[in-house]
Amino acid sequence: MLTAADLAAVWLTLRLAAITTLLLLLIGTPVAWWLSRTRSWWKGPVGAVVALPIVLPPTVIGFYLLLLLGPNGPVGRFTEWAGIGLLPFSFWGLVVASVFYSMPFVVQPLQNAFEAVGERPLEAAATLRAAPLDAFFSVALPLAKPGFVTAAILGFAHTVGEFGVVLMIGGNIPDKTRVVSVLIYDHVEALEYAQAHWLAGGMLAFSFAVLLALYTLNPAARRGR
Amino acid sequence: MSITARFRLDHPGFSLDVDLDLPGSGITALFGPSGSGKTTLLRCLAGLERGTGRLDVNGEVWQEGSRVRPTHLRPLGYVFQDARLFAHLDVGRNLDFGRVRCRGPAADRAAIVDMLGLGPLLERMPEHLSGGEQQRVAIARALLAAPRLLLMDEPLAALDHARKQEILPYLETLRDQLDIPVLYVSHNADEVARLAAHIVVMESGRAVAQGPLAEILARVDLPIRLGEDAGAVFAATVAERDAGWHLARLAFDGGELWVRDSGAAVGKTVRVRILARDVSIAASRHEDISILNVLPATVTVQADEEHPAQVLVQLRVGQQALLARVTRRSAQHLALQPGRQVWVQIKAVALIG
Repeated sequence: MLTAADLAAVWLTLRLAAITTLLLLLIGTPVAWWLSRTRSWWKGPVGAVVALPIVLPPTVIGFYLLLLLGPNGPVGRFTEWAGIGLLPFSFWGLVVASVFYSMPFVVQPLQNAFEAVGERPLEAAATLRAAPLDAFFSVALPLAKPGFVTAAILGFAHTVGEFGVVLMIGGNIPDKTRVVSVLIYDHVEALEYAQAHWLAGGMLAFSFAVLLALYTLNPAARRGR
Repeated sequence: MSITARFRLDHPGFSLDVDLDLPGSGITALFGPSGSGKTTLLRCLAGLERGTGRLDVNGEVWQEGSRVRPTHLRPLGYVFQDARLFAHLDVGRNLDFGRVRCRGPAADRAAIVDMLGLGPLLERMPEHLSGGEQQRVAIARALLAAPRLLLMDEPLAALDHARKQEILPYLETLRDQLDIPVLYVSHNADEVARLAAHIVVMESGRAVAQGPLAEILARVDLPIRLGEDAGAVFAATVAERDAGWHLARLAFDGGELWVRDSGAAVGKTVRVRILARDVSIAASRHEDISILNVLPATVTVQADEEHPAQVLVQLRVGQQALLARVTRRSAQHLALQPGRQVWVQIKAVALIG
């Protein structure tokens, strides 16, 4: 069965994924909106940066984040100056890393959903006296809802599944940065296969359930992607 | 009260350059083939497309050079070719979208719902409406935002014949009850003849003619653009109904016409359309023919048609201009020239509302 340490890791993982998903929806929505509508030259470069975590090894992202957030990195100096302390090897360091790492899994479904909504309903809204922000909230957001469901599910699931970035930036501190994927690694290292089974099986079931929900209950989201 | 619109806009492969002075009430048709810039002009008027120029709508300046009032601050209604209902809102909430956002006195929701026959549809979602129903909702939605200018972009183009016939009566009601200017984009001469009082003929981004409908439709230097639809449109009054033959006698500025009795009451004003291809010309009056309507006329002008075998002849019957399409050979045989007195034989008269 699951030990107290296992449960703590599960709880930490869920908390990390929930907070990351929430932040990503807040940050990702304007980014996706901009990407879906801009004709600026910057669309290409910004889109590429957002997509980088898909192709980069997690260790590379973790490495650069470590340098950036560490005591000699610009962000690290700022956080120390601001009295927040250093982010690496803390829960909030994991949150920051996860936001970068899972960004494309949230931004891309949203961008696709906004592109599918297109200009037409927004023009109609403008001819019906809706100011741009009003039209965004009362027309674009509701019409893009399937994209938000997809984005939230993928962002959450991808954060639950991260391993390399966590190890690089968070280490393996119980109750602070030890998430399920890292704990499974520990169990296997220690030859505690039964414990590893509980957690790995749980992850497998969870991931399957998430994807099943995505592909059967939400056909609109599948189309939106 | 009038609308003055001057726009210049350059797109790759297309430029719009118009200077229009349109009446401040009634339906004005923007007529022309696809690609002639009708929709682009309408979008400029709505502020959805940014050209340079000037736009004054009944005394309110909506655009001056590059100072453009954004679309959502213009008191207009826009009916798109594809109804563009909001898929996440039911019909009732689609209708209220503009209504709750417009400043000033709100439109009478019950009256507009009634006029467009939307009562039974209010709780339906747009995806469960037919194309014709969607377009009716879109028209009502635009009207409920209390517009001071209504822009309609081929609202019937996406519909089949039966659906068009379903909506046209609503548009005629609209024409008769609305006291705001309406700009109606169409490439269908039939629709234009039925609905419009004023017409702007567009070609390659330019307005090649504008004026009262009857005047423009009867011009011979334009009908190449109208093709098979060239013909005259004018008003007439029902003078008599013959119950025995099921015919009605219409009186107009220049004579009388016998038409199939459509049920219109005596004294009612109707709109009559006579296509050029349904009019033939004779040098003398024939009594022994099946055609009911034979009227004396004077040739005013003659013009070439697209096909070299045909010519288009403009004639005057009293005050009214008519068009006739005849072969060049017949025209020569009859010695048709301005001032010549002839008889016109009218094979078909359409009553168009």
